[in-house]
Amino acid sequence: MRTTRIAALAAALFACAVAMQALAQETTPAMLAAAAKEGKVVWYTAVDVKVAEAVAKVFRAEYPQIALEVERSGSERVFQRINQEFQSNIHNVDVVNSSDASHFLLWKQQKLLAKHVPPDVQRFAAQYKDPDGYYAVWRASLSVMGYNTNLVKPDEAPKGYRDLLDPKWKGKLVKSHPGYSGTSLTGTFALEKVLGWDYFEKLARQAVQQLQSTTAPPKSIASGERAVMVDGNEYNMFIEIQAKSPVKIIYAVEGTPFVTSPTAIFAEAPHPNAARVLQNFLYTAKVQQLLVNEGGLRSVHPDVKEPADRTPLKDIKLLPDDPVAMLPQVAEIKKRYTAIFGN
Amino acid sequence: MATSSAVRRASFDASTAVSAAIVLLLAALVLMPLFWLAVTSFSNDAKAFTLAHYRQLVADPAFAKPLWTTLWTSAAVGLGCVGAAAPMAWLVSRTDLPGKRAWRTLILASFVTPPFLGAFAWVLLGGPNAGLINQAYYALRGVKPFDAAPLVDIFSAWGMVFVMALYTFPYVFTFAANALDAIPGDLEEASAILGAPPWRTALHITLPLVLPALLGGFLVAFLQAMTLFGTPAILALPAGVDTMTTKIWSLFQFPPQLGLAAAASLPLLVITVVLLRAQAAIMGRRGYSVIGGKRGSAGQAVRLRGFTLPAVALFVFVLGCSIFLPYGVLARTAFLRNWSAPLAGNLSLEHWRFVFLEFSQTRLALFNTFVLGVSAATAGTILVTLVAYLSLRRLVWGHRYLAFLATAPVAIPGIVLAVGLFLSYTHPPLVLYGTLAIIFLAYVTKELPVGYQQVTSSIRAVHPELEDASRILGATRLRALFDITTPLIRNGVIATWIFIFIGSIRELSATILLFTARTKTISVTMFDLRESNDWGPIAVLSLTMLAITFVLIAVVHHFTNARLR
Repeated sequence: MRTTRIAALAAALFACAVAMQALAQETTPAMLAAAAKEGKVVWYTAVDVKVAEAVAKVFRAEYPQIALEVERSGSERVFQRINQEFQSNIHNVDVVNSSDASHFLLWKQQKLLAKHVPPDVQRFAAQYKDPDGYYAVWRASLSVMGYNTNLVKPDEAPKGYRDLLDPKWKGKLVKSHPGYSGTSLTGTFALEKVLGWDYFEKLARQAVQQLQSTTAPPKSIASGERAVMVDGNEYNMFIEIQAKSPVKIIYAVEGTPFVTSPTAIFAEAPHPNAARVLQNFLYTAKVQQLLVNEGGLRSVHPDVKEPADRTPLKDIKLLPDDPVAMLPQVAEIKKRYTAIFGN
Repeated sequence: MATSSAVRRASFDASTAVSAAIVLLLAALVLMPLFWLAVTSFSNDAKAFTLAHYRQLVADPAFAKPLWTTLWTSAAVGLGCVGAAAPMAWLVSRTDLPGKRAWRTLILASFVTPPFLGAFAWVLLGGPNAGLINQAYYALRGVKPFDAAPLVDIFSAWGMVFVMALYTFPYVFTFAANALDAIPGDLEEASAILGAPPWRTALHITLPLVLPALLGGFLVAFLQAMTLFGTPAILALPAGVDTMTTKIWSLFQFPPQLGLAAAASLPLLVITVVLLRAQAAIMGRRGYSVIGGKRGSAGQAVRLRGFTLPAVALFVFVLGCSIFLPYGVLARTAFLRNWSAPLAGNLSLEHWRFVFLEFSQTRLALFNTFVLGVSAATAGTILVTLVAYLSLRRLVWGHRYLAFLATAPVAIPGIVLAVGLFLSYTHPPLVLYGTLAIIFLAYVTKELPVGYQQVTSSIRAVHPELEDASRILGATRLRALFDITTPLIRNGVIATWIFIFIGSIRELSATILLFTARTKTISVTMFDLRESNDWGPIAVLSLTMLAITFVLIAVVHHFTNARLR
């Protein structure tokens, strides 16, 4: 009895140790050498293409022996491309980033992901990482409203989503599409719970310009093509504000969807070591601070500091994302939305 | 001598074998996608027979509406093209309009401009609020955007019709101008001698004579408009308007609804076949008018006098909208940080730096586009040269099928071909999806008819006697082709190669369904950038594409002129 218990304890401890070792995978010289031999890593990401290329530039400077290929598209499009490729037995992608966190639940269920915990992620708060070590939040952002300050006076700007149904906004609104963008999907799921589909049907009668990516509406209102955006990335708004574009963010009275965007490595990654080097790199405080400073994103890294001119998250009424609840409804949300707003 | 005759016999068989092989190859290329398209449209998930896809197509308003939009917008494009191109062709062919040569060159330029580039440019020109034309209009009226209706709203079905027509009218113009050039002037001169004013002659004599060409041009413009993907995706989708091509594309989002996509492709295919037959019938009947001598000297051109200004204005308007303004706005956007802001303090090379130094897609996409262009042009040119030669000389088995198969793809819209290729090559025995090969097949197939026409006209010019002489002296048929005919048609072959190359590097409607991350081309990269409104990089890539195209056209021009000398 006693010996078996001790043996069981020892076995459990050993398993723990192995697990710890498997979980904490820092970039060792051996891993780097293997990665250099692979020579390449392919990263599918949904982050704005210029932010992605800015990260890639730093990576290439740090690891010149690994060629990083960036493939950017909307989260839902990234998801579709990967599924289509896997179904056709094409294994091109190593590391994936998507703003639809439910994708990672699905991929994990389907055993498509590789277990890997970058050293920095060990210090992340529990709610921002998978307990089994398959993925963690790489970046976060808000799906915000916003307006062009040349076209709308601050005191006339809408305060929240319901204000957009006022006839005076007809033909002046722009929004992104949940069939393309994970941020838009996550936002639509959160807002539908607060406002109902009935709201979206009324909104569609306002002659809303329908764009695809959540990176697009901030650029549209910055150019003056539309006056108010219904949903767009907070980080693109910060980028526009830094570039002195005439735009302002609105944190809606009904609440603002908070969207986490994880990253993971695929089990069948063609460049597994280079993928781990990239994954470790992506979560370093240096890259996370770059995402915040230049990319306008929010970071869940404990060492990262927010610029003083940005509204801290604690002062914003947030509608947190809930990938577990959203996952079974994704197809239905896209279908209903497309029926109302078109493709 | 006995050995020589044996060799000749053997090589004669070889050319029959080559012909048979090409018939099989073309059949596989052209018929296999259509076969799988038909099969899939009638199959359910369990691969059993079903009519459900067609039933849904007819009953579901989500399909009926795009089909109706496609039909009326294509008809509007056809009418618009005829309305603009018929007077333009008459002015160039029959009057003393100044600058005729320049106008023809510019019409050629709008002909070779990829339609989706025009659509990108028109977003920047005709966006209802930030578009430069509307900004100027608001400034002129002293109002702010949104306080008055815009002058143009490009994000609408009519905006789409307008931009489609801008890049489709050259087809109608070419048809009409060729018809006018071929019609002898006698009848018109008789009418003038009998005292009819020029407008009356034009309306009662010239117009009826070119009517078949105009009808044919209308049908071709209709077909062009119906099969475009980029323009509706860029201009109509943001307004919530779907066409059949954007609908088929949306059915390809994962998980692809292949049965429905195949069924939705069928109306496009049927309409194309029917209209092309109608066009052949109409154009074929033109013969009745072309009896008599050549048109008289240039001295008999109609004098426009006071109408010169309105006539020039028509050209300036049409070409301004299709060439000057779009090229201008793309050039402006490429060098500005913020495309909608004034120039002052806004100049920047950042988009060039981004595209050529930072954007990791650029190199891959340029490489893929170049590989596809060169390989499709080379394989396509060899194929159409052999096909044209064998079918024109009518010496071997299968020449009838060859001509038919080589011209059949003209009836297959690009996106329909892509659906068929996807269905053919995503399962064994040949899995090509995810490779450049499947896109290569699409390009070769799509460009076959153009290449065939081009080479056929060159070969017709070479009299068979020359080859016969070489054959009598003991050369084999294939050797006669390569040693005698090929050098004589060299310029035509080079022009064919370049035409296929240009057609390939601008292809979007088939590529959009067939590309994967590894096999992106410039056109789909630009389409991806559009979804995030990155107009600066789009403008840089557009200018790059235009520069490549025009350099190649200058090369063609050089070779075709060399032939005349």
